[in-house]
Amino acid sequence: MLEIRDVRKTFHAGTPNEVRALRGVLATIEPGSFTIIIGTNGSGKSTLLNAVAGSFYVDSGSLHIDGVNVTRWPEHRRASLIGRVFQDPFSGTAPGLSIAENFSLAARRGLRRGLGFALGRRVQDEMRDVVRSLNMNLEGRLDNAIGSLSGGQRQALTLLMATWRKPKLLLLDEHTAALDPKSADQVIALTDKIVARDSLTTFMVTHSMQQAASLGDRLIMMHRGQIIHDIRGEEKKRVRATELLERFEELRRSELLDEGAAAMLEAAYV
Amino acid sequence: MSLVIGAATIGFILALLALGVYISFRIFEFPDITAEGSITLGAAVAAVLLTHGWQPVAATAMGALAGGVAGAFTGVLAMKFQVNRLLAGILTMTALYSVNLRIMGKSNVPLLHDRSLVTQAESVGQRLFGTADLHIMGWEVSPRDAAVMLLTPIAVALMAALLYWFFRTNIGTAMRATGDNAQMIRAMGADDGLMVILGLALANAMVGLSGALLAQYQGFADVQMGIGMVVWGLASVIIGEALVGTMQLGYAITGSIMGSVLFRLLVAMALRWGLNPNDLKLITAAFVFAALVLPRALASMKKKPQGAAAHA
Repeated sequence: MLEIRDVRKTFHAGTPNEVRALRGVLATIEPGSFTIIIGTNGSGKSTLLNAVAGSFYVDSGSLHIDGVNVTRWPEHRRASLIGRVFQDPFSGTAPGLSIAENFSLAARRGLRRGLGFALGRRVQDEMRDVVRSLNMNLEGRLDNAIGSLSGGQRQALTLLMATWRKPKLLLLDEHTAALDPKSADQVIALTDKIVARDSLTTFMVTHSMQQAASLGDRLIMMHRGQIIHDIRGEEKKRVRATELLERFEELRRSELLDEGAAAMLEAAYV
Repeated sequence: MSLVIGAATIGFILALLALGVYISFRIFEFPDITAEGSITLGAAVAAVLLTHGWQPVAATAMGALAGGVAGAFTGVLAMKFQVNRLLAGILTMTALYSVNLRIMGKSNVPLLHDRSLVTQAESVGQRLFGTADLHIMGWEVSPRDAAVMLLTPIAVALMAALLYWFFRTNIGTAMRATGDNAQMIRAMGADDGLMVILGLALANAMVGLSGALLAQYQGFADVQMGIGMVVWGLASVIIGEALVGTMQLGYAITGSIMGSVLFRLLVAMALRWGLNPNDLKLITAAFVFAALVLPRALASMKKKPQGAAAHA
């Protein structure tokens, strides 16, 4: 469903601020797979997601969604295949527009937008049902500006909008990181429910080891722009949050060791 | 009375300018200066075509179309070539000065004996009211002024309704979302660059239309007539927002029209009381500055005690 072939990306190339964010990422995500991506800060996990979404073009390598090479597609064109939820709850909705108008935009994701009335009766009935399924009592407030809602509500609605017209690929970029714990739990439960119901191919970045252990059927761990662990099947089912934390600790120690060794060598020979 | 009628009529004509400014500044949050050139462009195109004997409606439509092309040009500079938004408008505006002179062939094109929407309105007026001056509330009003005063608001209302409808279609909603949150609309599969280009084209078509009507009403097109028009439009939009008190689409459109007319009437009154016309642009700019800064200054003055209490 999603193929990432040796993708590389360097930001600010040739300057002192050069960041080699992706250093040859290779992965094939099967249809219907719910893949979780974890990694340290700066490991490239969000960069990888943005590369797939088309926020920037990669330096080399290629990206294929559903057999189509989308490497040179601009972001808005890829949106015909991709549903997206961002870390910032304010990124996924247009605050000045009503809930209904936001949903009317989601209804046309990847389709031509013409001079048809955005809030046709059929679309409105459909969106009311979708919003009702949230149990947040928002179905009676469809005409309210979405900017008047809480971050948790907006993130839940963004998730509904992203998955309404079943995308080939769902990208979730730490979409609960900015929420309070209760809202985060609600959004995670909703994510799990929708992904399972529609068997959506999902790519989810998270910072929460709890989520990484309990959700999904595959776990990818990134470090320094590369995939260093790829856990799936029975092993993924057995994995515990503490175990993942241990692996991070291991990474940290080996890095300290590297730096320590370098310092030692420097002291001895320079 | 003819002073009031004249001021109100120009207020309605410039309401189209205000609507254009509302679209670029408010809906797209794009500080588009193109309007200074595109209002003159609309006037120049319409005036020259009228002197060549074009149908007034067709000439006016061409003026609007020319404004739209100018707006699209600014949009392309800003979105496709990543030119700073303000600079993109300034470049177009500056280029338009030459273009307008080329179109007109001189700095001023009078419309003395040419058929125009105003002469057509006059004949409608004479058919309705006869050729003698009318007496309305004790004032003498010529059938021409009465007819223009009657037809202009109708035309403006029609355009406003058209805009209201358009911004509620699928593409219009996507345009409004573009100004609100460009990241979101890209994720929804719309080309935000294209949306801005189309939006600026629409905005400047309104401005061009305003210029075309203004030229016919005042009887000439002049290469200088665009100076200060963006601030003028912005002042109308700000007054309109104060009048209707909400940013909702329908209210904002209505407010911009009301703001334009009210502003024109206020200016006419001030001039009547002896305001030097030369000071008009300074006062307008000062007004817009105050309208932009005062609400924030007042809010921070109100907030400070609360903030101090919260910290205590």
